[in-house]
Amino acid sequence: MDDETLHRLNIDGTEYETRLTPTFARRQRYVAGDAHHVLARIPGVIQKVNVTPGEKVRRGQALVVLEAMKMQNDVASPRAGVVRRAHVTEGEMVVKGQLLVELE
Amino acid sequence: MPPKTRLGDYLERKQSAIEGGGPQATEKQTAMGKLFARDRIRMLLDPDTFHEYDLFVEHKCLDFGMDKKQLPADGVITGTGKIAGHPVCVFAQDFTVAGGSLGLMHAHKITKIMDHAMKLGVPLIGINDSGGARIQEGVNSLAGYGEIFYRNTLASGVIPQISVVLGPCAGGAVYSPALTDFVFVVDKISKMFITGPEVIKTVLGEEISMEDLGGARVQSEISGNAHFFAVSEQECFAQIKQLVTYIPWNNRKKADSFLPCLPRLTRSLETIVPAEPTKPYDVRDVIAAVCDGSDFFEIHRHWAANIVIGFARLQGETIGIVANQPLVLAGVLDVDSSDKAARFIRFCDAFNIPLVTFVDVPGYLPGVDQEHAGVIRHGAKLLYAYSEATVPKISLILRKAYGGGYIAMCSRHLGADFVFAWPTAEIAVMGPGGAANIIFKNEIAAAPDPDAMRKLMIAEYTEKFANPFIAAANGHIDGVIEPAETRDTLVHAIEISARKSESRPAKKHGVPPF
Repeated sequence: MDDETLHRLNIDGTEYETRLTPTFARRQRYVAGDAHHVLARIPGVIQKVNVTPGEKVRRGQALVVLEAMKMQNDVASPRAGVVRRAHVTEGEMVVKGQLLVELE
Repeated sequence: MPPKTRLGDYLERKQSAIEGGGPQATEKQTAMGKLFARDRIRMLLDPDTFHEYDLFVEHKCLDFGMDKKQLPADGVITGTGKIAGHPVCVFAQDFTVAGGSLGLMHAHKITKIMDHAMKLGVPLIGINDSGGARIQEGVNSLAGYGEIFYRNTLASGVIPQISVVLGPCAGGAVYSPALTDFVFVVDKISKMFITGPEVIKTVLGEEISMEDLGGARVQSEISGNAHFFAVSEQECFAQIKQLVTYIPWNNRKKADSFLPCLPRLTRSLETIVPAEPTKPYDVRDVIAAVCDGSDFFEIHRHWAANIVIGFARLQGETIGIVANQPLVLAGVLDVDSSDKAARFIRFCDAFNIPLVTFVDVPGYLPGVDQEHAGVIRHGAKLLYAYSEATVPKISLILRKAYGGGYIAMCSRHLGADFVFAWPTAEIAVMGPGGAANIIFKNEIAAAPDPDAMRKLMIAEYTEKFANPFIAAANGHIDGVIEPAETRDTLVHAIEISARKSESRPAKKHGVPPF
């Protein structure tokens, strides 16, 4: 169960030689979210795409309807803006974190 | 009626009940690589010490054709017995009877033996092997679970509670083990999860096997839900038998004293710990060189291995050991290691087991994942647990003790009774590299050769601060000792603290950062 390979680990400016834990080895690199991207927070099926490219949208306006956990979820625009592109079509299955709509 | 017939009737009823689900179901159980519940109890307890109760309990469910079904012992075996001479209460779910499903009477047999354990003041051992709620019994089955959880909670800190997961233990059922002190799992046999692979697939579209979701390895390595991992049921029972010798029957008693013996390993401590603070070593070698018989009963061996916890003995008396592990993640504190140590410290405090802490800590693990996972509140558990504990608390700083890590590892400031340090100890606000970068930032930047300057400044800082003497001068540590004096020093500290009494402000209970 134990991986005995030694790695270098920097803690507060000092480099240590040490093994890693499985949890540490599974860490994912943090990526900052893009403010122009509206992502699926849960997996599900796209019931309806309400917007078209070039369309002006208000903050809170439902961009798409995503059915998940037996609920129709409005995916709201995080801010006012213009739609660049909808990346999903009706009936499409989406996974968590998938790009739904791109704003300009 | 002549007495012989009565006796015959009884023997017949008894035989039918102890056969459980019968030969076919037992065969199935064997095919799954699992032992029959009664054999498990027999192997766990000292020979011929098991006394069973409630063998003839029957369920009262009338719906869905249940009125025509007889479930031997209602699918759970309960009783009392001994392990290594220690009295225990035990229950074992019998998967051969209706899949070990939990109905109200099944639950009441468990709560009854739990109540016994509390009144008798003896450890409770539960062997879990159940498909879950007995659906036919509806809400009564849920009531049963709730009554078990309630008793697990009341018994927490009063009697040791041990859970053995030897089959499925899923959904709400798994919260009973989670509330207990020690969870034992066996490779390929134990399965623990709240929502199973089927539900996850339906709801989230993610496919995962039962083993990868909640198998023994996952629970031992990734989630930390299990404390002990074994490759066979036999090995698992051997682990439990060992554990029982280290802990008291209840919170009013002390653990058994054993005959003192010297460590078997005589490797000198100086050679175990490298002088260079960035080099790894296995802190368990230090523990082995110090404790009776070099025996260390490690808990959570495979999870958060950057901290080591477990039981050992000094001069025959049980101690709880917490030690940073420089071999893994340089021995940093993080979310999991703080959780792991904090819970163990609270167990030791509840059950009168003195704490010995070996310190070699570079600080806290940096990272977005750590911050977002709540290293603040999880790390706080460690401070809370050490500060709250009133059992004897003895610390030994082997090498580095930097920054917040120094404070958290049972420093004087959190109420340690005795703090010792080896001459190799570096008690400082951070490692020399990081400290020099900050303190001499301008000097390093202005130098013609910044790298050489940085090295010079690190050397200067190391010379001045990377030692135990500033802490000793301030009385933050009680003594600087030679590594060779370690065992004698610790043994004396434990002996002298045997009747330690310390009180805390009266309160209903504290509010730790759970």
